[in-house]
Amino acid sequence: MHPVLKIILQRLALGLLTLFIVSIVIFTAVNMLPGDFAQAILGQSATPEAVAAIRRDLGLDQPYVVRYFGWLTDMLQGNLGISYAQLNFQSNMGGQNLKTVADQIAPRFANTMFLAGVAAVIAVPFAVTLGVLAALYRNSAFDKAVNVGTLTSISSPEFFLAYILVLFLAVLNPLLPSIANIYQGISLADRLTATLLPALTLTLVVTAHMMRMTRAAIINLLASPYIEMARLKGVSPFRIIVKHALPNAWAPIINVIALNLAYLITGVVVVEVVFNYPGIGQLFVDAVKNRDIPVVQACCLIFAAAYILLNLAADILSMLANPRLRHPK
Amino acid sequence: MMKISRRGLLTTGAAAGVLAASGLPLRAQAKKGGRLRAGLSGANTSDSWDARTHSDLFMIASAQGSVFDSLTEIAADGTLKGELAESWEASPDAKTWTFNLRPGVTFHNGKSFGADDVIESLQMHVAEGAKSAAKPIVEPIVEMKKTGDLQVQLVLKDGNADLPYLLSDYHILMYPAGQIEEAIAKGIGTGLYQVQSFEPGVRMVATRYADHYKGDAAGFFDEIEYIAINDNTARMNALMTGQVDAINRIDFKTEALLKANPMIRIQEVTGNQHYIFPMLTDVAPFSDVNVRKALKYGINRQEMVDKILQGHGKVGNDSPIGPANQYYQEMEQLAYDPDKAKFHLKEAGLDSLDIDLSASSAAFEGAVDAAQLFQASAKAGGININVVQEPADGYWSNVWLKKPFCASYWSGRATEDWMFSTAYAEGAPWNDSHWGSEQSPRFQELLVSARAELDSAKRREQYGEMQMILRDEGGVLVPMFANYVQAVSSKVANPDTVGNLWQMDNARMAERWWMA
Repeated sequence: MHPVLKIILQRLALGLLTLFIVSIVIFTAVNMLPGDFAQAILGQSATPEAVAAIRRDLGLDQPYVVRYFGWLTDMLQGNLGISYAQLNFQSNMGGQNLKTVADQIAPRFANTMFLAGVAAVIAVPFAVTLGVLAALYRNSAFDKAVNVGTLTSISSPEFFLAYILVLFLAVLNPLLPSIANIYQGISLADRLTATLLPALTLTLVVTAHMMRMTRAAIINLLASPYIEMARLKGVSPFRIIVKHALPNAWAPIINVIALNLAYLITGVVVVEVVFNYPGIGQLFVDAVKNRDIPVVQACCLIFAAAYILLNLAADILSMLANPRLRHPK
Repeated sequence: MMKISRRGLLTTGAAAGVLAASGLPLRAQAKKGGRLRAGLSGANTSDSWDARTHSDLFMIASAQGSVFDSLTEIAADGTLKGELAESWEASPDAKTWTFNLRPGVTFHNGKSFGADDVIESLQMHVAEGAKSAAKPIVEPIVEMKKTGDLQVQLVLKDGNADLPYLLSDYHILMYPAGQIEEAIAKGIGTGLYQVQSFEPGVRMVATRYADHYKGDAAGFFDEIEYIAINDNTARMNALMTGQVDAINRIDFKTEALLKANPMIRIQEVTGNQHYIFPMLTDVAPFSDVNVRKALKYGINRQEMVDKILQGHGKVGNDSPIGPANQYYQEMEQLAYDPDKAKFHLKEAGLDSLDIDLSASSAAFEGAVDAAQLFQASAKAGGININVVQEPADGYWSNVWLKKPFCASYWSGRATEDWMFSTAYAEGAPWNDSHWGSEQSPRFQELLVSARAELDSAKRREQYGEMQMILRDEGGVLVPMFANYVQAVSSKVANPDTVGNLWQMDNARMAERWWMA
């Protein structure tokens, strides 16, 4: 078997184990929160009888372990279940027309992926270019300005960056909408316009990390003998960096890019709330608030899977970027 | 002529209708056309067109406010009028009610509306296993009879003069008989607007239904778009940047910023929503009426309106009946008076009083601060309140109705009987002061007799006396009524009178407002 394929399979198996552990941790954590779905949904109407009735209908009165394995069995059959909020009213409709968790999450997840995609398309080339330029003009005023700028943006809370962008691009200069009004059947142009502000906010958050890694990896290589050789040959500094240094610097850069892409998917909660973006993050917050465990579990598994897969992709890409690893003796 | 200031209007409660906007009142004639875009809170991904499950603004404005109709409707000025019912009459004991339905009404799928639809739509709430918030309203109807294609007769277990009022509840909508499941899945009603698209928790778009029976008198927009915006700041930003024309629930802290914008006006109405401190009147020391009186004089109501509501409310008078109720009674205002508090403590045979008061932000926003204000004001009257801060999670199951003295709220009810029966009738499950005939036999007597009284003048007298009893002896402190505050862009106009039963003109802005 090809060593790369072997590693992929190994890592996928480990990833499944990780997902299993994550599901236990999340299930336990949500159970440890004070209050449960019945109390959260009833609010002031939470009389002991009403709470008991909902717990009985939804099986919340079962012991914790029984509920977990019930969920796990469904999950292994590819069934993410039905959210408690839907289940609570199933008797109204005789159990028909109930939306499953998968139905609820699918459109939201697509929106979140779209936002992450737009942010990545802007952020990755932007960060890598800045990093290359910073390495090229290292220790110049440009280098310092880029460093200060990106570090400032990564150090500010996301909602603050978001509001700054809203202030300058939506309120003072009405160029972009301040809330992302996205719906089914929206045209691509409208969708891009609505997504731009949240995507720019995410770009500001992830740029620093990728830019600094690019810069550091390249500068690190600039002391190597082969770069010295290139310089003695009379190759231009730009060509040295792009043709000679960058190919060998890809491995660490790809790793950081993958980590940040994972963040674009899982770290969007705050940005989605600020821009009212109908993605998975808002759904997740509501589900935690209502202790709606099936939805919380499904969201967490998606987040965890995104991390695992992107990390796996990073490892494989950095391996493919390295001829020594690509063709082991 | 008497001069009424804005604040004066609020404190006297003369503002049953509207309390003004920051600009000049709009007197323009309603005109047709345009698209209303509103940013509304209270949306969930589990929302559906099943009105039995509705509990918050987004779905109430979408369903009862736009796509569906009820039998009766509360007009903006608080009067009751027919919506799908044209007229109704009751037997002298208020037990048998006959409703005459409006002819020529069609559902959005073309089906015509009649008596069968009413009966099936009512039965939804009491069907086996159904969970409906309107069950307590429909359950006492022991018989539903079709007495003609456009006439139904409802027979109640006990007389209730409020039945037509109760049928205006936002849970009780009219669905097409035999197609209820389809109607819930697609949103098929008889309302002014027909659903174009609905994404639960995200957005609802509807267009004007061409042949609507309300004709030119209501529903002026060509199209409405409701966008779910649960975050306060995002909602405000959306209005400020012109992405929506109206938003509900303004954050008082940022209200000044909205006011500074000449394109935006603030609408503010005082309804029935009130914040309370109930005490269990069958538990010592609260079982002593003098202790209750001491507490009534130990609380500074005006200070709470100023500091907790930042002026956006009305001083309460220990009665749950608010300005949006029909038989709201103007009574002499209970005032903060530490000397009187001391006097009543002495009457109770006490020099000082030490009590615990449980509070949490779950009760109402600022409840803990309100309890601390109460603590400070009561101290001068010899009452030592120990504020116990309770966790917000599980507050309603573990603290409310359990602890002898706590903070709570009521969103209020459309009728006096409904409010009293829910929270002041002997043995009612949510009677949060354990108010019963031991405390006031007269109150419980009046509650029963007023319920079936069809003579409005007599009812007014009886409900007036009940409010008086609660003010003087009741076990619930009602320091404040909280306003509904919302904001509208100058692109949209509204009538001078805006409903105060619920946010956003009783959630009916699609019916009553128009493009300026």
